[in-house]
Amino acid sequence: MGSGARALIWPALAAALVAALVLVPLGAVTIRAGGFGGLRGGDLSALWFTLWQAAVSAMLSCLLALPVARALFRRRFAGRGPLISLLGAPFILPTVVAVMGLIAVFGRRGMVNAALGGFGLPEFSIYGAHGVIVAHVFFNLPLATRMVLHGWQSIPSERLRLAASLDFGPHEIQRHLEWPMLRSVLPGAFLAIFLVCLTSFAVALILGGGPGATTVEVAIYQAFRFDFDLGRAASLALVQVAICVAALTLTARITRGESFGAGLDRPLATPLGQGALLRMQDGLAILLATAFLLLPIGAIVVRGLPALADLPPSIWAATRISLTLATVSTLLTLALALPLALAAPRRRWAETAAMLPMAASALVIGTGLFLIARAFVNPTSLTLPVTLIANATLSLPFAVRILLPEVRTLQNDYDRLAASLGLSGFARLRYLTLPRLARPLGFSTGIAAAFSMGDLGVITLFSDGRTQTLPLALFQLMGAYRMDQAAAAACLLMALTFALFWACDRIGHHADPR
Amino acid sequence: MKKTLMLAGLLAASPALADEKPVLTVYAPEYFTSEWGPGPAIEKGFEAVCACDLQFVAGDVLPRVLLEGDKTEADVVIGLNTDVLARARATGLFAPHNEDTSALTLPIAWNDDTFLPFNWSETAFIYDKTKLANPPASFQELLDAPDDAYKIAIQDPRSSISGLALLLWVKSVYGDKAGEAWAKLAPKILTVTPGWSEAYGLFTDGEADMVLSFTTSPAYHIIAEEDDTKVAAIFPEGHYFMTEVAAQMKTTDTPELAQSFMDYILSEAFQGMIAMANWSYPAVIKEGFLPEGFAALPRPEKTFFYTEDEAEALRVPALAEWEAALAH
Repeated sequence: MGSGARALIWPALAAALVAALVLVPLGAVTIRAGGFGGLRGGDLSALWFTLWQAAVSAMLSCLLALPVARALFRRRFAGRGPLISLLGAPFILPTVVAVMGLIAVFGRRGMVNAALGGFGLPEFSIYGAHGVIVAHVFFNLPLATRMVLHGWQSIPSERLRLAASLDFGPHEIQRHLEWPMLRSVLPGAFLAIFLVCLTSFAVALILGGGPGATTVEVAIYQAFRFDFDLGRAASLALVQVAICVAALTLTARITRGESFGAGLDRPLATPLGQGALLRMQDGLAILLATAFLLLPIGAIVVRGLPALADLPPSIWAATRISLTLATVSTLLTLALALPLALAAPRRRWAETAAMLPMAASALVIGTGLFLIARAFVNPTSLTLPVTLIANATLSLPFAVRILLPEVRTLQNDYDRLAASLGLSGFARLRYLTLPRLARPLGFSTGIAAAFSMGDLGVITLFSDGRTQTLPLALFQLMGAYRMDQAAAAACLLMALTFALFWACDRIGHHADPR
Repeated sequence: MKKTLMLAGLLAASPALADEKPVLTVYAPEYFTSEWGPGPAIEKGFEAVCACDLQFVAGDVLPRVLLEGDKTEADVVIGLNTDVLARARATGLFAPHNEDTSALTLPIAWNDDTFLPFNWSETAFIYDKTKLANPPASFQELLDAPDDAYKIAIQDPRSSISGLALLLWVKSVYGDKAGEAWAKLAPKILTVTPGWSEAYGLFTDGEADMVLSFTTSPAYHIIAEEDDTKVAAIFPEGHYFMTEVAAQMKTTDTPELAQSFMDYILSEAFQGMIAMANWSYPAVIKEGFLPEGFAALPRPEKTFFYTEDEAEALRVPALAEWEAALAH
């Protein structure tokens, strides 16, 4: 039992650190405010809108992910690997960039309305609650698809062969393989997406079309920036944390750590589902998902590419800073995520700690950290470390969420074997854990890196006015009327973010022994 | 270990200053310090005359000062908007500017002894005259136009200063009837963005026919892009005044330097570059301060402005009217 306790040191440390990062700043803001402030009538309707749009967005993303992931798993075609990577792109796009891409496709002057107009059909408007949901599905369908696809890939090929030899039709496969797999993967995916949509800010404002689509995060922003009502901001932030914990408890009840048993890692000789109808169905799912996810990205490229050469030299300095920040904060994320994910199947606290940052308001964390830092040093001297820590913490939940289902499978399948071989500590990590988790590790590393490239939420209070990151430069260009150059910067940001994500994802793919 | 080293390396990358010159710390908004903002020109110009080192700290100016209280590092703040002046004044942290406000050439009377305006403009709807055949000739025409006549992008008054200025604009024109005005405007609003940039992007991409911006916005297109198609719809009812101000801190440890910066704000060097660096009118307009395209911009006949107490009193009820009209 001694080694068991020792194995918990790292996850306990990581959990304590993350919980401290989320809760201590909230505490600092509350103390500064002299207690929690009362909520307003408008805050309740914001809460209601936040909850239902997040639930619907998460539900739709998960439902749509099922046929897409199934199709990607069943079919083999040229370019399948790159396509799977590419379909992950929307999830890692900086919000404002993605919204511009969506508007280019679904907006008044977008392709969809041009096509509708061509057929004499009425105009479709993206602005309103449904627009917010379309955008959230656009962002999160990639995450759900990848999580379900990883689920499919973790089913040993022996089980699929057995299914084939028993002449299972699609319904039997669904019942005996897909459904049990989904019960371990889907609640987590739903939870992650629900929590992302919970703290939606720019999407809700730009596509929401007005105050009817106000989220809690918008209310926090208003309380903080315009009313300087720290007490109310703290109360609202606490509401977000409470929703997060409630959602976490609920999904934990639904999730089953289903295990198909360990396999021999043999490749799948004949993919499942060979009927013509199934082929057509899969082809259609892949085609529609590709169009929905990649057209907006194409629009951003088309818009940004012409001005790429006009970008000022300072953009390259900003690019260097962003890349360095992304690299270091990704390492930090991994150092926190791996111990937490490995402990999470048996220790509920590890999962809760890992998911907490998702519900944290970037604005409140930033303000709290500022208040704490100011007691000791000049906050502007901390611009970079604070940005690093904030980025690492905010991408932690995704990393852990992606790792968790496969960690469960790994522990169910290999714990006894590892114990009987006396495999523990570093050797276990090196020969068992890391190789078997290579695929989700690569994916979550890619996501963490991409997040740190795009995020600028926490930095504003700590800004020293000199450290310019790529997203900040993008906003400054927009703020100075330079919309063409801003589009080019957005294009550059997207390309770099995707390159980072792709490199990590591919490394994980190649390191997978299967 | 490696991580610590990298952190140390990153920290070292933020410039450390070794020379002996006195430092003037100026808090400014984020947009100020980029090479596209007025910050670099101000820094260069002031350092040439002050034998000091001007350091900008860019970010949320007032929230930061409010959080820091009397321990603030700031000697001077620049770039505050009029909507936060009541809250800023209440802190008691700001010292009088000691400048002669009769030198200001604003369209409204300004005799505040603490906050010193350095630029100004007015709210206006901008449109592309090659795309919009029948632009509204007045605010009333805009309201009475059919619902599908124009699609306008505006900013959220809860997160954006220009969005709040629109609320006050509508209030200035329509007073007690502002709620009805919003109800008429609501179907023409394409969407409400968190900040000015996103809305303006929607306009330049052709997604919105009109955008809430400033009477001075066309100057950028005329001068920097040689494009005279973007124009402001000038309404006979009047437009709402917007200004950014500067103030010196009571807590400064270099009061002479702070005062000489306040003097510098009204100098020809500073005021002469505002038009091109900030795309707004300088607070003091003299011969040659405005480039040709700028000077030729159409001017509204009437400019509205609420005092900070009036604006503070109007804000909450006006916001409620706005929310009621636009929530659907």
